[in-house]
Amino acid sequence: MARYLLRQSLNILLTLLAVTFLVFALNELTPGDVARKLLGPYATQEQVDHLFREMGLDRPLLVRYAEYVGNVLRGDLGTSVIYRQPVADVLLDRLGNTLLLAAICFAVIVPLSVALGVLAGMRERSPLDRGISVFASICASIPEFAMGVFMLAIFVVWLGVLPGTSPMRATAEWPVWMQFVLPVAVVTLYDAGYLVSMIRASMVEVMRQPFVRTAVLKGMPFHRVVTRHAMRNALITPFTVILLQLNYLVSGLVVVETLFAYPGFGRMMLEAALAKDIAVVEAGALVAVTVTMLTQLLGDLGYMKLDPRIRI
Amino acid sequence: MADILSLEGVSIEHRGRRGVSRILDGVDLSIAPGEAVGLVGESGCGKSTVALAAMRYLPRGMAISAGRVLFEGRDLAAMDEGELRRLRGRRIAMVYQDPMSSLNPVMTIGRQLVEVPMLHGERDAARARDRAIAMLREVRLADAEATMERYPHQLSGGQQQRVVIAMALMAEPSLLVMDEPTTGLDVTIEAAILELVRDLRARFGTAILFISHNLGTVARLCDRVGVLYAGRLVETGGVREVFRAPAHPYTRGLLDALPDLDRPRGGARLAPIAGTLVAEDRARPGCAFLPRCPHAAPAACGAGAIALAEAGGAGHLARCARLGELPARMAAATDAAAQAEEGPVLLEARGVGKWYEVGGGMSGKPRRVIRALTDASLEARRGGTLAIVGESGSGKSTFARVVAGLAGEARGALSLAGEPLSGGVDSRPRELLRRVQMVFQNPDSTLNPSHSVGYALMRPLRRLRGLGAEEARQEAARLMARVQLPAELAERRPWQLSGGQRQRVAIARALAGDPDLLVADEPVSALDVSVQAAIVNLLADLLAGSDMALVLISHDLALVRHMADRVAVMYLGRVVEYGPAAQVFAPPWHPYTEALLAAAPRPDPDAPPPEIVLAGPMPSPAEEIRGCVFASRCPRRMEGICDTLAPPERVFGAHRIACHLELAAPG
Ligand code: SF4
Ligand code: SF4
Repeated sequence: MARYLLRQSLNILLTLLAVTFLVFALNELTPGDVARKLLGPYATQEQVDHLFREMGLDRPLLVRYAEYVGNVLRGDLGTSVIYRQPVADVLLDRLGNTLLLAAICFAVIVPLSVALGVLAGMRERSPLDRGISVFASICASIPEFAMGVFMLAIFVVWLGVLPGTSPMRATAEWPVWMQFVLPVAVVTLYDAGYLVSMIRASMVEVMRQPFVRTAVLKGMPFHRVVTRHAMRNALITPFTVILLQLNYLVSGLVVVETLFAYPGFGRMMLEAALAKDIAVVEAGALVAVTVTMLTQLLGDLGYMKLDPRIRI
Repeated sequence: MADILSLEGVSIEHRGRRGVSRILDGVDLSIAPGEAVGLVGESGCGKSTVALAAMRYLPRGMAISAGRVLFEGRDLAAMDEGELRRLRGRRIAMVYQDPMSSLNPVMTIGRQLVEVPMLHGERDAARARDRAIAMLREVRLADAEATMERYPHQLSGGQQQRVVIAMALMAEPSLLVMDEPTTGLDVTIEAAILELVRDLRARFGTAILFISHNLGTVARLCDRVGVLYAGRLVETGGVREVFRAPAHPYTRGLLDALPDLDRPRGGARLAPIAGTLVAEDRARPGCAFLPRCPHAAPAACGAGAIALAEAGGAGHLARCARLGELPARMAAATDAAAQAEEGPVLLEARGVGKWYEVGGGMSGKPRRVIRALTDASLEARRGGTLAIVGESGSGKSTFARVVAGLAGEARGALSLAGEPLSGGVDSRPRELLRRVQMVFQNPDSTLNPSHSVGYALMRPLRRLRGLGAEEARQEAARLMARVQLPAELAERRPWQLSGGQRQRVAIARALAGDPDLLVADEPVSALDVSVQAAIVNLLADLLAGSDMALVLISHDLALVRHMADRVAVMYLGRVVEYGPAAQVFAPPWHPYTEALLAAAPRPDPDAPPPEIVLAGPMPSPAEEIRGCVFASRCPRRMEGICDTLAPPERVFGAHRIACHLELAAPG
């Protein structure tokens, strides 16, 4: 166990180094010049060159990378070019927003999809199963933006009961909490659709196992067979996938954030990447990779807790 | 006294996409309190359906179409869910095949046991727990308290089945339904479980419905027996009458098809039952067995329903139209001294071993050495059969894989007709690959489902023998004839064939390269008894008069006795006894061989119960054992010697036994 943790921590560290270096190097290879971008099209080439040197961009890649790593270790993430603020401030602000949205979504998605998946899978091909399965596959097959546009059309344009944008500032008409409703709904429907199908499939598989028959033939009522014997087994396989949703919720919500003008992490990354704002992209990559690796670690640990056959 | 369970003319139908098929057809069966009734038959006969019907737990799509299932006089079909629940687990309990999957993998044994009394009225959890521990002791699990905290995967197969039996007996039910409870377990474990059930039955007075394809286990345990064929009960009676004087041609066929453990090989052939059960037979108006029966007279047998009729002793009934006219059962011919002359040595193994290293390095697990096979010295002669017996984990399959080149580089020296036979299949020259061929337990693993039988045979002919298309076609037809497959099957796909036919295809395929050595790993264990006999005969025919040698890997001692010229008995990766078959099956024995022979079930109700029942499981091959590998289970172990010193090899001519005991040479 201690060995495993040690190995994983080392793993995380190495991955972080590799990813940040890759982003650094890739940035080098893509066309476009940060100095030019900063100064605008009317600056003279001399001014551009001057800034270029001032920013230290003329030094070798490895040196700059080493310097960057040093800065990060000291807690200095650099300054954002497009937001004209320290990266840490932008990041914290956006990340905070995203984490809030992610937490709400996660808190809705997981219980919902576990409940629906188990209900559907416990009696294969029952009317309940058919209903839930159809609903889930419809949800999972509509792309997020389509779903978003669709919901906007109904609740904002037509009914006018919800706000169309979610800037996270209380406006005259809409309090902040109402601004959450649509983004959360879109993400939940899309993501839960997928999870429900997955949990259902696992549940169906488990209900066919001989140990379920053993439990029934002990004289156990069906609902207890489901909750005591089947459910935990049925969650083993989807468990990692459920945790993977955390990654998606933290760094993959670009579409939804853009659609609802939600000031989140995904959108920040997109804007920064487009503007070649390297400091922000690097910091974002650091966060995204850390989240991924941590969920993986959490996944392994939880897996071990759920399934006594697994030892790490 | 009233019967515990009775089936009155029960018919069960399955409705599926392909229409309705009849699984059981008017089955009458009753079990008195404390009685043990066996139900035998081959796959597809409907015996497991009887078990499920007794618990009213039929699979989806199956339903009782006629008749009643009564438990203590009450119709199960008339009970509501609540009544049924109070019955299940409390009055009727079940023990299943494959105990591992019957236990919940993520719950401790203790919780799964305690559930039973808690479901049936016990309020006090501590009392339920005490009862569970007591029950684990009853099924003779060492260290019952610790077992409570374990998970199923931490137990061996035999221990798991003991747990399942303990669970079934927790509420002291009046009927125990056992569906193939020892299938898949090793013989020594099987013997121990059967002894346990006999003993528990004597003490608790539980009635038992015992379902098995293995006539030997039924003979050991049951008072009465029913024989099912195609969903119909074809014979029923006291176990002694039915096994001693089987009246129905099918029952006779089943018994005659079995190789006899107590009769030496002498060129005798087994008597298979022709054909296989097909779906149409279930709907036959007359006798379902008609197409396969050697005594069939279509006018009498195919006309209409045949009733069970008196067939000798009291309560001995059989369903056959020609019951009175059947010829007396012939004793199988025993050619005493027809032992074939042994040919020259073909395969020679000297100190062959295969050790695997697992763990270590980046995996984070401690490095361990798995000693799958150690120091095996054996030889197979042309025209003869070298059989290797042992339980799972004995290393017998590893030996087969090493010979066939499937296990990569191995230790020691292997040679084929004097030439070295080393390395894995990738490094062997094509010529060598041709000369050594393998047949597996499950033919499906080597037959591509999308290729026709003809194609499957032609491919190795072209690849290994370099034949042209037309030549290959003719040769493939010849091969099919050699394994007695009708030529028209060449166009079929594997899934359109029966299990026996598939295994014939696999054998034909192995013969395609005209090999010198055929390695067969449990070639018949997945087949029904009646089909198994035909494959065994086929293998014997192929060997007779050829200069091919067969290495037969099997756990079935009776089969080995029937087929082998030389026998190696393996345990935990080592050859503990080796020699000509006649000598291995006669004293002096290695204690392990002796235990195996005692444990093997015989289809004879008067066979005495085994004197030696081995306790405990085989140690892990990862353990380093200093003394005798068998020491942890040996009933004749000598403290201080066997567990510290490697046993010497005692040699009696061509017969070798690795044991510290002073074994006397045969007089
Ligand atoms: S009824 Fe006829 S076909 Fe059937 S078992 Fe008897 S003799 Fe054979
Ligand atoms: S050496 Fe000892 S432990 Fe091994 S088989 Fe012989 S008597 Fe038993």
